[in-house]
Amino acid sequence: METYYNPADLAKFGSIGEFDKELADKFFTYYGDVFKEGALTAREKSLIALAVAHAIQCPYCIDAYTQDTLEKGCNEEQLMEAVHVAAAIRGGASLVHGVQMMNHAKKVLM
Amino acid sequence: MKSLKAAGHPFSVSTRQLAHLHAGNSDQFSRRLAEIGLSPLKPTQIEIFQINVGKMCNQTCKHCHVDAGPDRKEIMTRETLTQCLEILATHAIPVVDITGGAPEMNPHFRWFVEEAHKLGKHIIDRCNLTILLANPKYHDLPQFLAAHQVEVVSSLPHYTAMRTDRQRGDGVFEKSIRAMQMLNEAGYGQENSGLELNLVYNPTGAILPGPQGELEEDFKRHLYQEHGIRFNKLYVITNMPISRFLDFLVVSGNYEAYMQKLIDAFNPSAAMGVMCRNTLSIGWDGALYDCDFNQMLDIKIKDAPAHLDDFDLDALSQRNIQVDQHCYGCTAGLGSSCGGQVV
Ligand code: SF4
Ligand code: SF4
Repeated sequence: METYYNPADLAKFGSIGEFDKELADKFFTYYGDVFKEGALTAREKSLIALAVAHAIQCPYCIDAYTQDTLEKGCNEEQLMEAVHVAAAIRGGASLVHGVQMMNHAKKVLM
Repeated sequence: MKSLKAAGHPFSVSTRQLAHLHAGNSDQFSRRLAEIGLSPLKPTQIEIFQINVGKMCNQTCKHCHVDAGPDRKEIMTRETLTQCLEILATHAIPVVDITGGAPEMNPHFRWFVEEAHKLGKHIIDRCNLTILLANPKYHDLPQFLAAHQVEVVSSLPHYTAMRTDRQRGDGVFEKSIRAMQMLNEAGYGQENSGLELNLVYNPTGAILPGPQGELEEDFKRHLYQEHGIRFNKLYVITNMPISRFLDFLVVSGNYEAYMQKLIDAFNPSAAMGVMCRNTLSIGWDGALYDCDFNQMLDIKIKDAPAHLDDFDLDALSQRNIQVDQHCYGCTAGLGSSCGGQVV
């Protein structure tokens, strides 16, 4: 069955260099550096990535960072808490615009 | 749960496991070793005599590479254990690593430990913890092991009950906690006692383990804060794609991805330190193997007599180690051995 998302494509991520090697190389070097142990641990960064993956709803990233956080020793509760952080920020981002809605409504209504 | 053998499962036949590991797998392990100048793989020095004293176990863990369980009756006899002692007495092999099954279920276990201790060997007991509570006759094992300075190495896949029980069976976590407390009471894991209690972590699923240091910190914090337990080191071990774990991989649809992960994570430094280079594995019937995994796949030693009857340390030290696709489990990432990560 044809689908827009194919799990096997995740492993082919590196092949984006085929059409533009220079930019792909720059991106992957940058990507590698971002996830290195720094002021944040590699595990903290992986949990952030998992939350962001849910916020942007990228199925590739969700698979990749579920695996990665588990391999870095996180447990199921920690994974789910990260997803709730993403959901809270997404929900909050919608709701906080309610203030804008209220401002406008109050302005135009008698 | 039954063992694969008792259930008549195809993977209870080692050739069927090997056939599965060979199918569709073009990236040969031996070729990878050749690329880094390690083929044929040779021993460095034989320092560890790892004796599998039987496949009988009080547990039936889902990932068990031995396919051990209460229904397995293979057990090492006193005659074979005597042969082991004779060899240990006449050869400079410093470490005796006793594994199983649950090694303590072998009726000659205590006698063997006493004799090996008299020979001045460092003894390791790969204890599954719950055996200490399985029967009153095992309750004083912590004191017995302490009296003989035996290092205890015990599996605890996770510091949460959910993860541990999912792999090892319902109620195993709680019993393991009690057993570790009993070991602590006997002095194990306590500072300056000289009695080492080391735990083994292996992932509860088709994932590679993370770095040993971080996991050890997590385990130490949780086990001490929540249960007052102290231990020395955490050995992080990768699940090998054989026996019951192989069955899990196939049934859960994780086999291809897991194998590929192991292959992609091949690490030359880990390959340099694989445990078969300093360990000899002895089967319950006295047969010799390069490691406990080869033993379970029935891949016997070549280029040297493959039984205790004709033990020849010189020939064994010169032999070529028999490798196959499952060996990728030892060389992935930070490597894996009975003593944890190797790099
Ligand atoms: S993993 Fe250890 S405790 Fe579990 S069944 Fe196998 S030998 Fe027994
Ligand atoms: S599986 Fe055994 S023979 Fe293969 S690398 Fe590991 S220890 Fe050596």
